[in-house]
Amino acid sequence: MRSAVASYDNAKVVNRFELTKRLVAKLRNEEAVIGGIGNTNFDLWSAGHRPQNFYMLGSMGLAIPIAFGVALAQPKRHVIALEGDGSLLMQLGCLTTIAAQKPANLTIVIMDNGLYQITGGQRTPAAGTADYVALARAAGLSKCAWAGDEEDFEKLIDVALAEGGPTFIAARIDDKPGVGTTDRDPVQIRERFMIGLGVRKKV
Amino acid sequence: MRVGSIVIDTARPVAVQPWYEVVQQTLKRNDVKLVTYVPDKVFTPLIKNLHADQDFLTFPAAREEEALGIVAGAWMGGRRGAVLMQTSGFGTIPNVLASLVVPYQVPAIMFVSERGTLGEFNLGQALVCRTMRPVLESLAVQTHTIARDDELEFIVDRSIKQALATQAAVAFILSPLLTGGKVFEA
Repeated sequence: MRSAVASYDNAKVVNRFELTKRLVAKLRNEEAVIGGIGNTNFDLWSAGHRPQNFYMLGSMGLAIPIAFGVALAQPKRHVIALEGDGSLLMQLGCLTTIAAQKPANLTIVIMDNGLYQITGGQRTPAAGTADYVALARAAGLSKCAWAGDEEDFEKLIDVALAEGGPTFIAARIDDKPGVGTTDRDPVQIRERFMIGLGVRKKV
Repeated sequence: MRVGSIVIDTARPVAVQPWYEVVQQTLKRNDVKLVTYVPDKVFTPLIKNLHADQDFLTFPAAREEEALGIVAGAWMGGRRGAVLMQTSGFGTIPNVLASLVVPYQVPAIMFVSERGTLGEFNLGQALVCRTMRPVLESLAVQTHTIARDDELEFIVDRSIKQALATQAAVAFILSPLLTGGKVFEA
């Protein structure tokens, strides 16, 4: 398994949509997935809408805190945050909160291309310098890894879902935009999500 | 007036029950038992008592935006939560109010310890205080400034119920008139 040796330097540059499809294909227990602003939620949407998906329209950086909140409310359900590297930079401190609270049912996936792809592909301040897995480990998250390639990513997800976490997985991705555009109706997104979580009944 | 290390504010009447006990009991009665915060000196007794109360899950967040994200997620998952912050902390959250809390109709329950008025000594606090109400007003977020002990329970209890029933956020600005604020000797 490459995860034992994968690092930022040797991780294969993969595609966000490809990884997202592989992730979604593994979800068999109505796991909740929070897609961050922009491309992470566009690709989550494009991978096929699920009732347990939540898509952010703003609040850059909050995919992980929202996922953490869902995980606190529903400890028997696994919750996954899909977030971009630029978004994580906006809210790095949340990793320390999660490391302190240790939600076993939370997995964080970071798609790192070193770019603000959606605003024109500008480099992030951390591009090529910061190592997000090392940052997560320093924040106190012991279960963290770079995905060496697509198969390694799948294995890391399998372990996270089977053994619990909190788990932090980062993948190096290319500069391709998201493949679709999420329907942007916040009340509909939220209501569908709550129905998907069993908090509301569909009428 | 100072007696030993204790500052006694003789300008304020003594309440039958401290404000922080009323807030704690009212949260509990409304099943709001997840509290995340960025601390404030004035909120110290409330935070301490919430941590000591096993009915609550209370923990600090690194930033007020994060705390709002956590309670938004928790509410969507069926668990009610509240956020505690200082006035300057409020200054960090307008984007999250405008792009998450309000458009998604999340009944975020916020308690803000009011700094910047009634004896403020820090100009930075005084100026950020002036941005708070206009931001809340522009987003049509229900806002109550609470100054009196005898109105505290009614306002908090009814407004939490209204927030949950109407899926609309509420901000409680706790005035120094209620809490005593942060006292300094001029």
